[in-house]
Amino acid sequence: MKTLLDPCCDRCTHTPETPCRDYVRCLTEGPICHDDPACKAEKQRLLKEIKPNEENQQIFVCTGTGCASCGAHNIVDSLNEEINHQGLANTVNVVPTGCHGFCEQGPTLIIEPRQILYTLVKPDDVAEIVQKEFVEGERVERLLYVDPLTNQPATTFANANFFAKQTRVVLNNCGFINPEKIEDYIARDGYKGLTNALQKMTPVEVIDEVKKSGLRGRGGAGFPTGLKWSFCRQAIGDKKYIICNADEGDPGAFMDRGVLEGDPHAVIEGMLIGAYAIGADEGYVYCRAEYPLAIKHLEIAIRQAEEVGLLGDNILNSGFNFHLFIRAGAGAFVCGEETALIASIEGKRGMPKVRPPFPAQSGLWGKPTNNNNVETWANVPHILRNGADRYAQFGTEKSKGTKIFALTGKVNNTGLAEVPMGMTLRDIIFDIGGGIQNGKKFKAVQIGGPSGGCLPDEMLDLQVDYDTLTKAGAMVGSGGLVIMDETTCMVDIARFFLNFSQSESCGKCTPCREGTKRMWEILDRITKGEGKEEDLDNLEHLAVVVKETSLCGLGQNAPNPVLSALKYFRPEFEAHIRDKNCPAHVCSALMTYSIDPDKCKKCGLCAKSCPSGCISGDKKTPYQIDVAACIKCGTCADVCKFGAVIRA
Amino acid sequence: MEWITLTIDGRTVTVPKGTTVLEACRMNEIPIPTLCHDPELSSYGSCRLCIVEIEGMRNLPPSCVTQATQGMVVRTQTTKVRDSRKTILELLVANHPLDCMTCQKMGDCDLAKYAYEYRVTGELFKGGERRHLPLDDSNPFILRDANKCILCGKCVRACEEVQGRSVLDFSFRGFHAQVGPAFNLPYSESECVFCGSCVSVCPVGALTEKKMVGQGRPWEVEKVQTTCPFCGTGCNFDLNVKDGKVIGVTSNPEAPVNGKALCVKGRFGMDLIHNSERLTTPLIKKDGEFVEATWDEAMDLVAQKLGEVKQEHGADAISVLSSARCTNEENFLMQKLARAVIGTNNIDHCART
Amino acid sequence: MCEACEDLIDPKETELDAVIAQYVREKGALIPVLQKAQEIYGYLPTEVLKRVGRGLRIPLSKIYGVVTFYAQFRLMPMGRNVLRVCLGTACHVRGGAKVLETIEQELGVKDGGTTEDQRFTLEIVACIGACGLAPTMMINDEVHGRLTAENVTEILSKYE
Repeated sequence: MKTLLDPCCDRCTHTPETPCRDYVRCLTEGPICHDDPACKAEKQRLLKEIKPNEENQQIFVCTGTGCASCGAHNIVDSLNEEINHQGLANTVNVVPTGCHGFCEQGPTLIIEPRQILYTLVKPDDVAEIVQKEFVEGERVERLLYVDPLTNQPATTFANANFFAKQTRVVLNNCGFINPEKIEDYIARDGYKGLTNALQKMTPVEVIDEVKKSGLRGRGGAGFPTGLKWSFCRQAIGDKKYIICNADEGDPGAFMDRGVLEGDPHAVIEGMLIGAYAIGADEGYVYCRAEYPLAIKHLEIAIRQAEEVGLLGDNILNSGFNFHLFIRAGAGAFVCGEETALIASIEGKRGMPKVRPPFPAQSGLWGKPTNNNNVETWANVPHILRNGADRYAQFGTEKSKGTKIFALTGKVNNTGLAEVPMGMTLRDIIFDIGGGIQNGKKFKAVQIGGPSGGCLPDEMLDLQVDYDTLTKAGAMVGSGGLVIMDETTCMVDIARFFLNFSQSESCGKCTPCREGTKRMWEILDRITKGEGKEEDLDNLEHLAVVVKETSLCGLGQNAPNPVLSALKYFRPEFEAHIRDKNCPAHVCSALMTYSIDPDKCKKCGLCAKSCPSGCISGDKKTPYQIDVAACIKCGTCADVCKFGAVIRA
Repeated sequence: MEWITLTIDGRTVTVPKGTTVLEACRMNEIPIPTLCHDPELSSYGSCRLCIVEIEGMRNLPPSCVTQATQGMVVRTQTTKVRDSRKTILELLVANHPLDCMTCQKMGDCDLAKYAYEYRVTGELFKGGERRHLPLDDSNPFILRDANKCILCGKCVRACEEVQGRSVLDFSFRGFHAQVGPAFNLPYSESECVFCGSCVSVCPVGALTEKKMVGQGRPWEVEKVQTTCPFCGTGCNFDLNVKDGKVIGVTSNPEAPVNGKALCVKGRFGMDLIHNSERLTTPLIKKDGEFVEATWDEAMDLVAQKLGEVKQEHGADAISVLSSARCTNEENFLMQKLARAVIGTNNIDHCART
Repeated sequence: MCEACEDLIDPKETELDAVIAQYVREKGALIPVLQKAQEIYGYLPTEVLKRVGRGLRIPLSKIYGVVTFYAQFRLMPMGRNVLRVCLGTACHVRGGAKVLETIEQELGVKDGGTTEDQRFTLEIVACIGACGLAPTMMINDEVHGRLTAENVTEILSKYE
């Protein structure tokens, strides 16, 4: 069967060896080199097959890692079976896609062009969906998404709050194309940004355009991307490299995974544009090994791009060469730091190096090297396709464009949300995130992973952009938002992050290697009720030294969760130390359990479940806990159906 | 040469372009503590003790890897800087055995020196986790106590950059990082050739000369610079002499030929000096027994015997083999003796064969 | 080659040599070669590391340094299934520790341990990027989400 990628007739001579400069435009608007109504009609027909319309309805099933783990592949199989069974194969098409972003409600599927969103779909629902949607023309009401705030079902995905409040630029394709097909990407204007750059612009003009867009690095520090490129472009060297940092290690962040799984060609196109602008002919994607699906989709995408001549030598007959390789990480968070990442690609221990020299002067194998993360690269095609001005309409004065946030923790709608820079935390958490689970009270949001900080509810109206967050003691970081409710203990969270940072420290510089360990020990002591009055001052002092003297970003930012928690939640630390009390009832060593004799129904379930056998009572006497023997595991409170066990 | 001017602690100093802030300080006798820095090795920037305050730069940059620039304003002794250095030293001390009384390095230990200078108490992080790694006592030359290692990485760099061996490297990471041969095997089971370069750069008692253990403290020892007698390279080192007895060899960083580098023979091959078996006079065999003789007697005997051989069998019956332990000048004289005095071209050298 | 000789050839060694030969001219080959070697052997025995060192001309100390730096590399044999329990932030706040506790009890091993029957190797990881489904774990390449102390036992029973 003919596909969009096949030549329309003998007159088309495009191959990787004999590339045509108009190849990309030819596929969607062509043919360009000759005028033949039959060829044009054929192209438009093939294009129509890819894009959904009334005669070609499509079911986009999320098969990203989250939904796949909930059985999305079974749903795809059942849908295909059912559609064949009903004889709908000519008008309905099932497309397995990357992440829709709505992980909480997965597996999800979207039916286009009607924009119907079905959530929490099970294979058993498939027959009903096909029957109602494509035979009877009705909805399966019970599978529609119900907004937790309004209790109203969303009639289309676009009017579900989770999607309606987002501005999807980078995620525009995610969930609406088959990531294993380059033609799907091209049909949605893919590689047009590259074509513009190669055909109409000099490398310096490309850099100027990126500068004008105001794009800043999406990996953490927010360094202006165009400026970064210009450093590498100006560096003297016979060979230059570019790197895509896909070592997304921040716990609580998975937007890079979403993009790589759902729209790998956007990253490749971004890198191609960057390589052209910088003057690099070789690139590496450094992807963590924990993301096998992302690596698989990227491998397929690179192979397809090579097959059609969008990667390789003399791309689109422009004389520009670019080769792209994948390197799988081997499990070290510090490799997200660019000098450590470079050491790792070189086959060494991923230990950061002192700067200068900066990678732009001497990076991979001593050559000028430019490194950006997945989301940054994926922004680039949009800038070159639609122009910097259109890109810069989103965002704030100093933080342009959109940013993808990963909403996780105690929030109703976990998932990926892309919003314009400058949206308030409140809008993101409550409008898009749908508020806090189980009607609990919001307590804090941890933003920016182990390098970021915890912000309390007073800060909810803070605009999310690079500078505002840094000023507040947090950072945009990679964009993980972990939402915490009243049952989260801030001392425990600070200890959690320190444990992460100290176990991921490379061990090179003294403050990070030894200092994060001692910070963790102090915090651990506090959660166990062994904290001393002077601990908080010592902790704060040590945190500042580690911040100011560590070698790389990991060490310099590792104290942020502690410093921000101390800044906004100091009374909670003091309660642990002075009153030996954990207000959130999390730190088990500080809890006491007792049974309210009035509520106790004498069922004995608690005594049966108690691992230390310290609960006594019988049918006549209310049960009692022997506090001295209690190991504070909390099992009794978990099993009691009458709420008789009191945690204090 | 291009020169730049900067201000350090209120003093205006002028240094060549390309100088680091640390070098600029040291050129002007401004003290900066360092543990991982060594002018003979590449810059590593890991101990963070050499931090300073520089106007316009965020955090506290390490002076060893920061280039001095025109107009830079540097402060090396502010409260903040000294306080941070003290905390870093406290951190190192918290994970270091404090058996200084019996440590071979006492008196020559950089960590102890700075801990004293910065009034480190060892109390701040007391009671925390510490390493408990086995002592490497596997070989006659080098004693390795990984518990004392401060992970400055100088030994790793010396092994790779000076000796080109790469026997040592870091292993594991974070708090569990260690330095040692592959698989953390004992030195004796690794590919180590015992040049001892690692020992010569170690700032603490993690790597020490085993034979010097218990033999003398640095302040009891007189250092006598000498040229190594083992070969003609001309390496210099310091004989460590206590009470008229050589107790060991240490590198002399000023050595013109070799710097701190030595080979196993020069650094550890000193048993012979005070060996009771050592020959102190020439011996001549008389009636099947070696008898002590004077140098004059011995030389006369050699000359007489060589003369007889030449007389009886001709000069080419004699052959001369010279030694790599001689200097160039001595070897030159040897061939002069062979060709001009004995009259033969039969002269060769052990290093040529 | 006679049959007796053929029996002496270790097919894994042949495979490893082919991998080394494929990468020997490439820059930065060490980590990909070690990853492939671990795929072949299931872990990285000392002899394999020595062979890689000889083949790629890299000092053994550096190879050991790399192997012990990255969490992925194993110097001891692993179980048939590798179970990675996530204790990232999202999983932490949604009760990942309880899930881990159940698994530890069920299997009788702690972080890094392998069950006596070689069925599971347990590892704690710091985020597998499926935070939307927290708490989560990964068995081999499969992600399991929305775990509870109850459903985790059932999931484990599916792996032999």
